[in-house]
Amino acid sequence: MDCMYGALVTHLSLSVNAKPVELDIEPETPLLWVLRDTLGLTGTKYGCARGLCGACTVHLDGVAVRSCLMPIASVGAKRITTIEGLSSDGSHPVQRAWIAEVVPQCGYCQSGQIMQAASLLAQTGNPTDEQIDAAMSGNICRCGTYQRIRRAIKRAAAKRDS
Amino acid sequence: MLLGFHLPVSGRVRRPAPSAAAEAFVPNAWLRITTDNRITILAEKPELGQGSWTYTAMLVAEELELDWTTIQLEQAPTNPAIYKGLRTGGSGGASASFLPLRQVGAQAREMLRTGAAAHWSVPLQECVARNGSIVHTPTNRSLTYGELAIAAARLPAVALGEARLKRAEDFHVIGQGIPRVDLHSKVSGSARFGIDVRVPSMLYAVVARCPYFGGRLKAFDAAGARTVSGVRAVFQISPLPRRYNTAGGVAVVADSTWAALQGRKALTLEWEKGPGENESTAALRGRVLQAVSAPATFTAVNRGDAIAAIEKAATLHHASYESPFQAHATMEPMNTTVHVRDVEIEIWSPTQFADEIQREISALSGYSIDKVIVHTTLSGGSFGRRYQWDYAAEAFQVANVVRRPVQLMWTREDDMQHDFYRPYNFQWLSAGFDASGKLTAWRTRIATTPIAGTNLYTDQTESPGNLQDPATVAALEWYGADVEPYSIPHHRIDYVPVESRVPRSWWRSVSSSYTAFAKECFVDELAHLSGRDPLQFRLELLPQDDTESRRVRRVLQMAAEKAAWGKPRPKGFGRGIACRFGGSVSAQVAEVAVGNDGSVRVLRVVSAVDCGIAINPDGVRAMTEGAINFALTAVLFGEITIENGRVEQSNFHDYRVLRLNEAPEIEVHIVPSIEEPTGVGELGSMLIGPAVANAIFNATGIRVRRLPINRKLLRGSWRRENT
Repeated sequence: MDCMYGALVTHLSLSVNAKPVELDIEPETPLLWVLRDTLGLTGTKYGCARGLCGACTVHLDGVAVRSCLMPIASVGAKRITTIEGLSSDGSHPVQRAWIAEVVPQCGYCQSGQIMQAASLLAQTGNPTDEQIDAAMSGNICRCGTYQRIRRAIKRAAAKRDS
Repeated sequence: MLLGFHLPVSGRVRRPAPSAAAEAFVPNAWLRITTDNRITILAEKPELGQGSWTYTAMLVAEELELDWTTIQLEQAPTNPAIYKGLRTGGSGGASASFLPLRQVGAQAREMLRTGAAAHWSVPLQECVARNGSIVHTPTNRSLTYGELAIAAARLPAVALGEARLKRAEDFHVIGQGIPRVDLHSKVSGSARFGIDVRVPSMLYAVVARCPYFGGRLKAFDAAGARTVSGVRAVFQISPLPRRYNTAGGVAVVADSTWAALQGRKALTLEWEKGPGENESTAALRGRVLQAVSAPATFTAVNRGDAIAAIEKAATLHHASYESPFQAHATMEPMNTTVHVRDVEIEIWSPTQFADEIQREISALSGYSIDKVIVHTTLSGGSFGRRYQWDYAAEAFQVANVVRRPVQLMWTREDDMQHDFYRPYNFQWLSAGFDASGKLTAWRTRIATTPIAGTNLYTDQTESPGNLQDPATVAALEWYGADVEPYSIPHHRIDYVPVESRVPRSWWRSVSSSYTAFAKECFVDELAHLSGRDPLQFRLELLPQDDTESRRVRRVLQMAAEKAAWGKPRPKGFGRGIACRFGGSVSAQVAEVAVGNDGSVRVLRVVSAVDCGIAINPDGVRAMTEGAINFALTAVLFGEITIENGRVEQSNFHDYRVLRLNEAPEIEVHIVPSIEEPTGVGELGSMLIGPAVANAIFNATGIRVRRLPINRKLLRGSWRRENT
């Protein structure tokens, strides 16, 4: 039952969490599954595969993208950062704010939430409520931690200012 | 305060005591203290997001006087001889753990004290447990629990329950805002959920399921799927009977999730729609409306003579309330990893109910119970969904063919279309006032597609006639409808089941999620008819001075005060109140803004909660906030509809859920208490529907009697309010 054909495997050189990665892979494979199944970086989650929920959010060159919709071949030379690479020890200001506000419940969506928030704060140092709404409303949390997410973003922003 | 912990996802952990038992003090099945001073607590209650690991650690630590930096938390494996409670549901985890987990800590503490007293040859009463050590108070000598492990292990075991427990006023862990023990892993991406299980040589699978309830696979062609790179096997799996409620279909097993998905896409499938092909929400609604006037199959409450009293009433009012099927839509879709070996079956599952999975897979496979090992992983939300074992049974079916470790993953579409939904429900209420304006009679007729009719615990086919057990019907179908302790002399609740092929089950707060909506909105209607303020009307219905009435009055007054209940309101703005009794007691005030275009924005929710002792107050707040947000989806947008025997929705674009920009401000106020703790996991979800609907009436004069809210009904409401 081994596969025969249909696979156009391409060689790719990637940068994942500041480390070079060499891969032979089908170019259409979404970045999400390369991270999770090929590289074992399971912190990035599957949620909808349609860009509707944000659970799969990672950074390309520091900017939040949905890895479920991104064919691996389109990543090119851009640096990929996942939740595992945001900091080595959970000490990124956004992660620290998430701990201080006790944001997570089940925690499944939180990798995506944190990556989205880190991208927002990298671009907008002190976001307004409207800017937080605009940046964060693509990330679903069914446990309903939204109020704490908003507080944690403000906390992280305040820490940066001071 | 950071706690280390780990979850055995790839190891073969089966026994509470590891091979290093000689070096460890294992006073009971929930604790392991090693000579290097590491304290491992085995949690029975699975962590779904509700904070079970945190209250587990807190309850043990309270009695054992632990140094938090030494604690590790581990999920207990299935072992029915030892662990009787590898499940959580009905908001009962913390309250059920309150006594036994303190006993676990107290027993170990007493043995450690005895060991220390013997070591120092001093009287026992001079040895005190303090922050992870036993201290000899006269000399201030101390030994850590690790240092005492060997001495304590040699002592005869103290029976659980024999050791003295602290008085509530001496608690210094319970009642404190302890940060969750799983925080660090959940912000660093290292927390392992079911979908993150990685076992050596494992494969990945998806199943193309029959989308029609009651339908089956007629034919399939796997030639295309087999040519997909990475696909290893394609085969049919049969539907399992109602006890398991799986749809059956075609499994595609591959080297990666992506390959399995591509393989599934390449299948050619032909389904037989089966006897349910004409099922639709419209047809179901027709049956429900008939049931409203059919003879009741079950009378739930019958105090006085409500029927006669309503006939004699000077003033009569009636109204109908309705809400649709709802999906759980947990962020982590259903999945389970299974390895079937000749001698045993090993299962890794995100579940609320590991011991039932063990029993069910044992029954399906013929392996004895002790040869089926279930590792409970973290769950990415559950809300009642993971109390079913359908997805684990399906994963077993696939793994039983492959004979290698296989992870069966459900896509969002699979999860949305093969859920066990909150029942479709319709309630007709009537009430009568006497000539003096006193509310004398209340009647509720409830018609639902019953949870019990899904026959979760029998092998029988669908038959609402199975609804014979009063306790089951009460717990599943009408709980929360009883108006007591409101003082109304004549009260009747009766129930009629409605057939459907759509699977149903518990959805956060089960029947209370719809009975509270009808009851608390109808009270609001009656208040308005009486010309009374809704808060005052409720308080007047609570004249008794019994404990329950006092508790309800207190949360009502607390929520109203914190929400500035009587404060004047601008145009288009409204406040609504609702309360809940039985077990934990709570009141909520919602503030809404209704646009002239019919748009509804929930601005703020103020909640007062009396749950006895709040073991972890921040956990109580988090659960309440979360339950309000969760249920707001069902209030504002959520609706699962059926057409041609299948679910119409498939992903978050057509099953819209609450997002951050729509989430209100939430305040949670906890009533101080030294009573035994009661549950809060579901509490907040019951009241947000009626609180919001009553607030909309307050803003517009329009009653919302069907959820989710129909905005068309509210369009132009500012104009109507003034006419």
